[in-house]
Amino acid sequence: MKRLLLVLILIATPLWAVQPDEVLDDPVLEDRARELSKGLRCLVCRNESIDESNADLAKDMRVLVRERLVAGDSDQDVIDFLVERYGEYVLLTPSATGANLALWLAAPIMLLLGGGIAVVYLRGRAKPAAAEALSKDEQTRLAELMKD
Amino acid sequence: MIVELGHFTLILAFVVAIVQSIVPLVGAQKGWRGWMAMGEPAATAQFLLVGFSFAALTYAFVTSDFSLRLVVLNSHTLKPMLYKVTGVWGNHEGSLLLWILILALFGAMASWFGGNLPPRLRARVIAVQGAIGVAFIAFLLFTSNPFLRLEIPPFDGQDLNPLLQDPGLAFHPPFLYIGYVGLSMSFSFAVAALIEGRVDAAWGRWVRPWTLLAWLNLTIGIALGSWWAYYELGWGGFWFWDPVENASFMPWLLAAALLHSAIVVEKREALKSWTILLAILAFGFSLIGAFIVRSGVLTSVHAFANDPERGVYLLAITGIFMGGALTLFAARAGAMQAKGVFGLVSREGALVANNVLLAVSCFVVFVGTIWPLVAEMFFDRKLSVGPPFFDMAFTPFMVALAIILPLGAILPWKRANLRRSMQPLWGVLALAIAVGALVWTLQTGRTILAPIGALLAVWLVAGAAVDIWTRTGRGELPSKLRRMKNLPRADWGKAVGHAGFGVTIFGVAALTAWQIEDIRVAQIGDTYTVGNYEVTLVDVARVQGSNYVSTMAQIDVLENGRQLDRLTPEKRVYPVAGMPTTEAAINNGFTRDVYVVIGDPQDNGGWAVRTFIKPYANWIWAGAIIMALGGILSLTDRRFRVAAGAKRARAPEQGMPAE
Repeated sequence: MKRLLLVLILIATPLWAVQPDEVLDDPVLEDRARELSKGLRCLVCRNESIDESNADLAKDMRVLVRERLVAGDSDQDVIDFLVERYGEYVLLTPSATGANLALWLAAPIMLLLGGGIAVVYLRGRAKPAAAEALSKDEQTRLAELMKD
Repeated sequence: MIVELGHFTLILAFVVAIVQSIVPLVGAQKGWRGWMAMGEPAATAQFLLVGFSFAALTYAFVTSDFSLRLVVLNSHTLKPMLYKVTGVWGNHEGSLLLWILILALFGAMASWFGGNLPPRLRARVIAVQGAIGVAFIAFLLFTSNPFLRLEIPPFDGQDLNPLLQDPGLAFHPPFLYIGYVGLSMSFSFAVAALIEGRVDAAWGRWVRPWTLLAWLNLTIGIALGSWWAYYELGWGGFWFWDPVENASFMPWLLAAALLHSAIVVEKREALKSWTILLAILAFGFSLIGAFIVRSGVLTSVHAFANDPERGVYLLAITGIFMGGALTLFAARAGAMQAKGVFGLVSREGALVANNVLLAVSCFVVFVGTIWPLVAEMFFDRKLSVGPPFFDMAFTPFMVALAIILPLGAILPWKRANLRRSMQPLWGVLALAIAVGALVWTLQTGRTILAPIGALLAVWLVAGAAVDIWTRTGRGELPSKLRRMKNLPRADWGKAVGHAGFGVTIFGVAALTAWQIEDIRVAQIGDTYTVGNYEVTLVDVARVQGSNYVSTMAQIDVLENGRQLDRLTPEKRVYPVAGMPTTEAAINNGFTRDVYVVIGDPQDNGGWAVRTFIKPYANWIWAGAIIMALGGILSLTDRRFRVAAGAKRARAPEQGMPAE
């Protein structure tokens, strides 16, 4: 049952995520809060952002994000604050530092590698065409024929 | 009694599978015809035995036989009949039995429809398929036996997880499993070819329909799962980059790559060793997927999923089959000599680019999925890799794929002239850019996502149409139409499949960019506006369902003052399972869905209501279905049915030495 796990884990209670009473009056701040929430992990859920989660902790974190924003923090300040408090586990977008560089560079490196191998291979496939085109005998024969 | 018989036939199937995996293999090696021929009846027998076993388990579920542990844990007398049946595979043990049933079915199909295969190759394919069967039946019998009885049967069961009591999810696993297990056929063909030491055009032709069948079922399965998540989880997401989802997505990506590289093998006798490797890896990712999902290694925060024994066993199966096949590959790949010669710019070149993009994108998903595990084990960092990462790292590959697709699809084989090949596509490109620009101007101050999505979608869909059109050659319209009708089904399948990809891209881009969301507390009788719609909360009432209690809201949706629909979102509680679920109510439309969810009652007597306008949501799954349809069209191509080319290729085979 592929979904079974997903299901059981995602849903402890019906998903309700952001509650009406949490929504900030200032739409600009609220938008920023939503955007930030989407990148922050609900620590007790699996692979769920606090924006989607219905867990109590997620609600606390959403409220916390909004408090910081109302207090005038920048987006980065809020993120730093949460990372300091909960560890980098809270970030759904892993930071590109240290060993994580391997994660971030995996795609471009593999693409370059794969693309490079592919080009070398394709060039190799093209070569026999030139070699096979005409052998020496054939060339002399062709030359003879062309004389006529 | 029937249950015991089912248990017994499963054990018999295990024995038959052992015979099936050894005798034909030895026969093929020694050239003993009798031993080779043993594979076919064995494969059929294994399928019939597993089939009976599965039927016995289904019988136990249908008759609510609560002396069976599995039935107690996953069923209930009050459950609707449909879900009693689908409950058979709504759990680890039953779903594994379904997996084995499909595995046996594929082995049997290889013997039923493999008449045009050289006997040696067929014997080996069936033997490898049998070996996979042995591993999984042993896994089922020794670690997860579904036929265990209880000494003291309870009066009633504990019910199936209510979220699984849903048509979308009920039929999601069978499709997915046909996909996963279907890739075992490609794997068996690859291993058989490696033992044989030769891969030719005919091999490419034989392996393709199996891959196509697996891929199209995987497409349907994934689409069903995504659609289910959309309407059931209550906030209308369609893809979460969850390890469990990625587990099904990775084999899909590799199967798509395999599908394309097998064409090069078939038409041009090149890319042989790469195609073999892809076939091995595609099934490898199916196994890794099974491991991820069933071992709970990536979800270790949740104790119920944590079963080290299963995990170790599955890891061992994966290790043995991948290790064995890759070792064989390393030893034999050198013998695969490519014949076809072609330039960098050619259909072959485009298909290689397709393969690079698909394979690397699969690799990216894989790295992202296992990175938290790697980081914790080796770098002592506890971190998350979530949707933002995947969106960022994965999307460029799909965009690149979409950009090169229409051109690659019409490039001639061997050697192409870019300028000449682009000629019929300039109009399409202009149209695509125009539509993208139009979308850009119509939406103000939003992301560039939607215009790009629209541009790519038009480029793909119109490009597919041009692909078909250019195939009809020169001449008057009637003769062109006639030729169009007579084009091979595979050509139509290709165009339809590619167009479906475009439709899905547009759906994803439009939904992501243009979704409107409204969260509020509404009193009964309140009317408010969301987008172009007026929404009224008419009533909320308690309703008794067959095996649940529901809080059902009546919500009117008006468009331009006219009643569009009355939606009834629910919150259900399943008392036996002790679980609540949300049932979103959706007004489906061609250009948008109106999606409402009822939440909790508030202190002031109102209800929390969430309303979404989801533009072009259905296009996501429609595109997937169109892709699958393309697969079906290709599959019905006469070449695969008649296997005309196969007969031709068989003649020289007999004259060749065995090894």
